Amino acid sequence: MNQGTEAALLIALGFPFVGALLAPLVMLRFPRGGPWLLALAPTFAFITFAAQIGTVSSGNALVGGLPWIPSLDVGLSWYIDGLALAFALLVSGIGILIVLYAGGYLKGHPHHSRFMSFLLLFMGAMQGLVVADGFLTLFVFWELTSITSFLLIGFDHQREASRRAALQALVVTGMGGLALLAGLVTIGMATTTDTLSGLLANPDVLRSSALYVPALILILLAAFTKSAQFPFHFWLPNAMEAPTPVSAYLHSATMVKAGVYLLMRLNPVMGDTVLWETILPLFGGATLLVGSVLALRQSDLKLMLAYTTIGSLGLLVMLTGFGTETAVLGAVLYLIAHALFKGTLFMVVGILDHETGTRRIEDLRGLRSAMPLTFVAALGAGLSMAGIPLFTGFLAKETIYEALLAGGDAWSLLVLIVIILGNAAMAAVGLAVGLTPFTGSLRPTPQAPHEGPVLLWLGPVTLATFGLALALLSSAFYGAFADPMASAVAGLAVENHASPFPHVSLAFGLSLLTLAIGVAFYLGLQGMRRSIGGVLTAFGWGPDRGFDQVMRGLVTLSVRVTGVVQSGRLDVYITVAFVVVAAALWMPMLLTGELPVLPSIPQLLLHEWAVLLVAVVGLYAVVRTRNRLTAIVSLGIQGFAVALLFLLMGAPDLSFTQFMVETLSVVILALVMTRIRLEPTDHRPWNEKLLDGSIAILCGLGFGLLLLKVTQGTFDAALSAFFSANARIIAHGRNVVNVIIVDFRGFDTLGEIAVVTITGLAILAIIRIGTPQAKQEDRT
Amino acid sequence: MRTLIFRAIAPYLTALMLLFSIFVTLRGHNEPGGGFIGGLLAASAFALYGIAFGVPEARRAMWFHPISVAGTGLLLSAISGLPSFFRGTPYLTGIWTTAPVFHFDVATIILFDLGVYLVVAGAFASIALALEDNGER
Amino acid sequence: MEAVLSILVGLFFTAGIYLMLSKAIVRILLGVVVFGNAVNLLIFTAGRIMREVPPVMSLDMTQLTGDTANPLPQALILTAIVISFSFFSFLLVLTFRTYQEVGTDDTVKLRVAEPEGKILPPMGY
Repeated sequence: MNQGTEAALLIALGFPFVGALLAPLVMLRFPRGGPWLLALAPTFAFITFAAQIGTVSSGNALVGGLPWIPSLDVGLSWYIDGLALAFALLVSGIGILIVLYAGGYLKGHPHHSRFMSFLLLFMGAMQGLVVADGFLTLFVFWELTSITSFLLIGFDHQREASRRAALQALVVTGMGGLALLAGLVTIGMATTTDTLSGLLANPDVLRSSALYVPALILILLAAFTKSAQFPFHFWLPNAMEAPTPVSAYLHSATMVKAGVYLLMRLNPVMGDTVLWETILPLFGGATLLVGSVLALRQSDLKLMLAYTTIGSLGLLVMLTGFGTETAVLGAVLYLIAHALFKGTLFMVVGILDHETGTRRIEDLRGLRSAMPLTFVAALGAGLSMAGIPLFTGFLAKETIYEALLAGGDAWSLLVLIVIILGNAAMAAVGLAVGLTPFTGSLRPTPQAPHEGPVLLWLGPVTLATFGLALALLSSAFYGAFADPMASAVAGLAVENHASPFPHVSLAFGLSLLTLAIGVAFYLGLQGMRRSIGGVLTAFGWGPDRGFDQVMRGLVTLSVRVTGVVQSGRLDVYITVAFVVVAAALWMPMLLTGELPVLPSIPQLLLHEWAVLLVAVVGLYAVVRTRNRLTAIVSLGIQGFAVALLFLLMGAPDLSFTQFMVETLSVVILALVMTRIRLEPTDHRPWNEKLLDGSIAILCGLGFGLLLLKVTQGTFDAALSAFFSANARIIAHGRNVVNVIIVDFRGFDTLGEIAVVTITGLAILAIIRIGTPQAKQEDRT
Repeated sequence: MRTLIFRAIAPYLTALMLLFSIFVTLRGHNEPGGGFIGGLLAASAFALYGIAFGVPEARRAMWFHPISVAGTGLLLSAISGLPSFFRGTPYLTGIWTTAPVFHFDVATIILFDLGVYLVVAGAFASIALALEDNGER
Repeated sequence: MEAVLSILVGLFFTAGIYLMLSKAIVRILLGVVVFGNAVNLLIFTAGRIMREVPPVMSLDMTQLTGDTANPLPQALILTAIVISFSFFSFLLVLTFRTYQEVGTDDTVKLRVAEPEGKILPPMGY
């Protein structure tokens, strides 16, 4: 890869982050043109990625990146093959339209610029995620998409429902993020590689590893939470609390597909096993059915789309796990078609909501003349979703049915039936969103309906056009886009050959059958809504309520734990601390049997014994004292005894310092204690005295024995010798102690005097705070 | 504590202690002493003065607020490490030259130790005076 | 010599910890001072004891040779003494102000920041 391409890719990947940083400024300076300016970021990325189509479609992958922590071999690296490129094009291409759409949708919102900033931030994260090569890079961007999703769902943070949905999404996808990290580490252990390119280069290592099953479970947990698979599907409908541009972009076209992306990415190295081909279709199928059934139950257009998105994600997971090359082709086509039609439909619902003030399907009829452009876009996308010939949705459905018909066994038949039912439900929803609001006679809405501004209709019209154009130009679309992507997923070169025109085949017959069931569902929508609603009400409990219960349980648990651990009583804390100290002192000595040997009676001079005696007397007096003056004086006595000890042991510096400190201590202690009525006597009952005494004696004895043991060992004087040898030569000082303090360890000392200064400041503040004098000054 | 004798000797004692504290600080590099000890001596001197004549008088005698003395000391110590950058050595590496006229050593380390002296003297004088002050009223 | 000092250090620790386990803050304060001395003596003794010869060179020496006291623990302890004193002053002033505001130095009665009884955090989102 040449330098120019590498630089362009770096800019393409970094531009959205810069855009996110600048968005507030741009939106403030150019309130009207801001969205157009910000759309430059995804536009640049889209052009850069599109320029790579030639290289990638001929079977090459682009590899490159920037070092980050070279010593750990961690970097920002990319690996762009057909799969990554297709995703990158979807992310940046739809990104352009969404930025413009959001510019119109949230116009006049007080936090419009913040929203644009979050949106670009997400876009950068998502681009990084799909082109990432290193495991760590992948994980970082994966988490970043979860975080930006949290910010965007919780954008309207003054509503509790928003906050709950945001937290729910973060908890569920964050859990998946942890699983991803663990899974990637497991894969790394199993294959000794930490890049996707390295992993894909040796496809069979992971499957034959003993760590395959744990890695698989962790990766599936990550993918299933991110892509809202049953039973983790509940966060996605709640995420519809976000403004509609977010739903269209994150929660249908891109972010929720990250899980599917991960599965597709790892299909060549993890797929083709019994586990893979059982678990994926099973969970995917359950998700497809749950999503479809719940979609039919909704009357809010946005929620209908949300549940069909869950169903579509289930379908994708199912096909990825089905195992044949044709199934992969179908999955890839469906993924692209879905991004196009679902993105369009979400934006259409956004326009309806924005311009009429409602998005309830009962309230919206006959808008075709009021909103002609929106109607065209909705119709195009709805027909694609329903799988009508000439649209990309039809290509996908044909290929899927061909793949399943080729199977021929009972398992394939079961999968086929599930998919036909799911597709039929989705066809019904596609028609319901694409047709119902625009046909019939106009009904009164909260606002008088009219066409939205160009920023609003540009996105859906463009996407819907693509949904038609890609199908009509299917051979170019396959060669440039779909085939390289499918080949990367399948792990070998595959080619599409589905045609957008009606023809005679069994697959087409199934398409017609699906459409027929779909139309039946569509016509019976009201009745089905009521009966499904009745069943769900009877059932009562669902994972969404379960989430609440889990969160409440967590809070209750942490309150209990805190109540035990943080009793709020200082004496308990100190007791626990010193019990641990005693255990830490005694256990190593007892367990390893390394008690010190009994020392002989030392030869001490008389004055040395005298100083020791003074120290002991001082200590005894401090402990036994019954009045303030004795306490202060005896504290001074033990301190001066220590100072004398230092003097006797060749430490004049220490001795002087200790003398000064003890003097000052006695002075300030006297100043304080004469002013407050505090008795230094102990009011502990005898049993507490016994407990405290035992702990104290255990600790004291432990420290004594430890020190004895230390001094009986050999002494390594290397450090002291260095200082002694170099104090005069390097640091020009004859007092080695002072040289160490101000020169060799000068930085430490700087820190210490900073602490002393801060203590002085803090004490001044504490003394002044809350005094009548300070209060008076605060008032004036 | 405000006996006549105490008040009579306190100024001299304070002056003597301050002088001695500077002496102890400066000789610290070669003989026992140094910024910490000197600073504590100076802080005691001010505390003594405060006890003898009252805190307002002691504050007036100090000219500066003690905590700003401490802050100045911290700044001085931190700055004394900067010249080492010009030599390409790590921060706070001591630099020594011998003055051409009187042949005594000049060093960034002396500045550092003076900074320590000011910090300790200022901070602890501030603490002692604050406590004395609070009791007076 | 080290053996005797080890016993003394043990006594300092015992006294300091016993005082710190008290419920009266003034006694805890006294304990902190004694405890600080105990730690300093511990470090000092662990660096081995040498009587009466400070680690200071005479004018004609370029290196400190022969049997002198170990300079390294002394340097560590010197700063430790000053820091303990700052810490002690801080605690003392804190106690003083607490007593002025709350009127007690019994740690069992000091429950302003962490009141007794379970208080549930808000359960919403």
